[in-house]
Amino acid sequence: MTAQIFLQIVASGLLMGLIYALIAVGLSLIFGLMDVVNFAHGEFMMLAMYAVFGAVVIIGIDPLMAMPLAVAALFVVGATAYLGVVQHAMRAKANIGMVQIFATFGLAVLIRGVSQFLFTSDYRNVPAERNLLGGKTIELGGVFLPLPQLVGAGISVLAFVGLWLLITRTDFGKALEATREDAGAVALVGIDKNRVFTLGWGLGASLVGLAGAILAIFYYIHPDVAAPFALIAYVTVALGGFGSVFGALVAGIMVGLAEALTATILPPALKSVGIYALYLGVLFIRPKGLFGSL
Amino acid sequence: MLLEVRDLTTAYQGLVAIHGISLDVKAGEIVAVAGANGAGKSTLLKTIAGAERSRSGTVTFDGRRIEGEPGHLITKAGIAYVPENRRLFPRLSVRDNLRLGSYLFRGKADREEPLTGVFKLFPRLEERLPQRAETLSGGEQQMLAISRALMTRPRLLMLDEPSQGIAPKLVDEIFDAVVAIREAGTTVLIVEQRLSEVLAIADRGYVLQTGRVVITGSAQEILDHTDVRKAYLGV
Ligand SMILES: Nc1ncnc2c1ncn2[C@@H]1O[C@H](COP(=O)(O)OP(=O)(O)OP(=O)(O)O)[C@@H](O)[C@H]1O
Ligand SMILES: [Mg+2]
Repeated sequence: MTAQIFLQIVASGLLMGLIYALIAVGLSLIFGLMDVVNFAHGEFMMLAMYAVFGAVVIIGIDPLMAMPLAVAALFVVGATAYLGVVQHAMRAKANIGMVQIFATFGLAVLIRGVSQFLFTSDYRNVPAERNLLGGKTIELGGVFLPLPQLVGAGISVLAFVGLWLLITRTDFGKALEATREDAGAVALVGIDKNRVFTLGWGLGASLVGLAGAILAIFYYIHPDVAAPFALIAYVTVALGGFGSVFGALVAGIMVGLAEALTATILPPALKSVGIYALYLGVLFIRPKGLFGSL
Repeated sequence: MLLEVRDLTTAYQGLVAIHGISLDVKAGEIVAVAGANGAGKSTLLKTIAGAERSRSGTVTFDGRRIEGEPGHLITKAGIAYVPENRRLFPRLSVRDNLRLGSYLFRGKADREEPLTGVFKLFPRLEERLPQRAETLSGGEQQMLAISRALMTRPRLLMLDEPSQGIAPKLVDEIFDAVVAIREAGTTVLIVEQRLSEVLAIADRGYVLQTGRVVITGSAQEILDHTDVRKAYLGV
């Protein structure tokens, strides 16, 4: 392997990895907050992609400008999913784990079905003439960096910094941490745990919404688009440690690098092998994930 | 009357734990609730605090009916509650636990001011600010739980067996703190098994037995009561 190829693998892996991390972090955040695995996480991402597509086609803005819109829309989707579905599933008297799984899984099926109905299963792309970054690549010393991934990775880094500041520096962040420690005790200091859960779901969905908005710039859009990404997100969360924000970041980057490496040395059909090999390897040595506290 | 409880009944899946309890707390008092294991003392506090739902009866705080309200609104109304198992946020620092206590306040002054009082009450907490709450000793955890409750600037502080599982030396410190808290203007409703100690600092008391009030009166009257002397003081 030449140094050139090595650098290319690291660059491609890092860029995609940061985007994978952003896809996964909302899932981890919600799990950490209330021990619920959101099986509709990928569908949230797909909705964000359509939100960007819609904004570009209908309003005629660049997908970059549509990002805040998608993020806001997904906040509403996440909060509504909690208030409308998850909250009720949590009140189950028996088999609460199963009820939660089926509730979010059912939500996923519903969102996919409705999307198929409304948007059809056609593959769509953000129109190239309105896509400033689309298809552009820059070259740095022989290493090729696709501009959408480069900007997307930068946005992901900013999102992680923002999330870190939110968690460590604000009262809401402290309320989130307290709720994940002991949701039954936050009422003792006057915090409404349902409000924290609602905002937590909104925040988790916004983060995957931002990731979906980034993907929409360079990836095709259709109702089943999220399935492989969701799978990668579950692997990332398990690898980083369930509930760990920092773990999602590190694991996302590792997954991106593993994928880039396998894509280079193995035939394209086996491109995901590296991810799962990495996953099995780490979980074999450290079952709770890299930064998990389970 | 600051707190007025009337005919309060609470059940766990059909099992009645407190049965028509009535109790009053005047502003500025220390009121003790005593009784054997399983008498319903904790259930009484949990119900007032909104952690359990009553089946019937009323709770009036400062002239406003609060029974059935969720716990966070009862905290907001001015009742701070330190449950039996303290319920600190174990992996958060002492500082963060205290900061969360003043979550309801926005102004910096409102949030910092009660801290001075807390450090005066329990100076050792100030030395342990960066430590995780779970690394404190049992007595220190109780101090932190009381302090976190005080950070909400309550008008009524409810303590459930603050002396439980604590070294004897620290127990005195905690009872002294309760007296100081009342002196500083906060009314206290305290559940305790250590009858003679709590009645030494309380104005009035209630003794519960299988979910009902069986004896009530001034601290001295309860101490003098023959049943109490036999059952609790062994004389
Ligand atoms: N969560 C619960 N579910 C079912 N029964 C309960 C529950 N909590 C308490 N009980 C029952 O209610 C009754 C009163 O319990 P409570 O905890 O109020 O008593 P207590 O006076 O605080 O006792 P202790 O001195 O042991 O703390 C007991 O019979 C107890 O077994
Ligand atoms: Mg008790």
